[in-house]
Amino acid sequence: MESVGNIILYFIIAIAIIVFSVLTVTTKRILRSATYLLFVLLSTAVVYFQMGYEFLGSTQIAVYAGGIVVLFVFAIMLTHKPGKDAEPLTRHKRVLGAVAAVAAVAVCGCALFSYADFCSKKLTEVPSLDMATIGHWLLSTDKFGFLLPFEAVSILLLACIIGGLVVARRR
Amino acid sequence: MDLTMLMYLVPSLVMFGCGIFGFITHKNMISMLISLELMLNSTDINFAVFNRYLFPGQLDGMFFTLFAIAIAAAETAVAIAIIINVYRIAKNVDINQITKLKF
Repeated sequence: MESVGNIILYFIIAIAIIVFSVLTVTTKRILRSATYLLFVLLSTAVVYFQMGYEFLGSTQIAVYAGGIVVLFVFAIMLTHKPGKDAEPLTRHKRVLGAVAAVAAVAVCGCALFSYADFCSKKLTEVPSLDMATIGHWLLSTDKFGFLLPFEAVSILLLACIIGGLVVARRR
Repeated sequence: MDLTMLMYLVPSLVMFGCGIFGFITHKNMISMLISLELMLNSTDINFAVFNRYLFPGQLDGMFFTLFAIAIAAAETAVAIAIIINVYRIAKNVDINQITKLKF
């Protein structure tokens, strides 16, 4: 049995995720689209906090809301005139997109609801996750350790810095 | 009332559908990238939710989400660098106008 506050919080973030996701793809101004994306990402961080993954939630806020959205805003400011609306979508494209999205949601939704008993699992209590455990697993070389992907991601980020500089520099 | 797994998977599913819709309908490269972020984000939620509900003692899903966030950041940075370069050359980020690979 969950506390009432947790359930109210759940409904707030569920509605926020759904409404802001729809607004992100339907709004005409691209800067507003980026702002709504920010709200979606923050609601996702709240989902992680509710699961008990505090480190994941803070990473989500720091990397996505703090880094990627700022990058989007800079890119939009560099490539668009402020206040100009996007071109209206053509009817053909809109129908095609709606059909593809509805088909994907229907297939996945059918799969979800056909496993209703599997999906109605309750949240079990686990001891809260402390930073020492996460650090231990990230740098462990055991069978289930994550040292190799950790190092691979660090090299990927270095390659991404160099690649970004090389691609975007002025010749 | 309990919070079941389905209650977290449905908003994530809606988010993914919105991402597909936006990716197909928009012609602006940055809008397409934003839709892509929506889809990536919904899969991240799924990883965390499945980990927390099905295998609460383990952390694999959480680490997958962590690495997915890092890779999404790298991918977005490179994609935005490419978009800015395309804008500098073609003065446009509309995919219908960009038809030549070499200028």
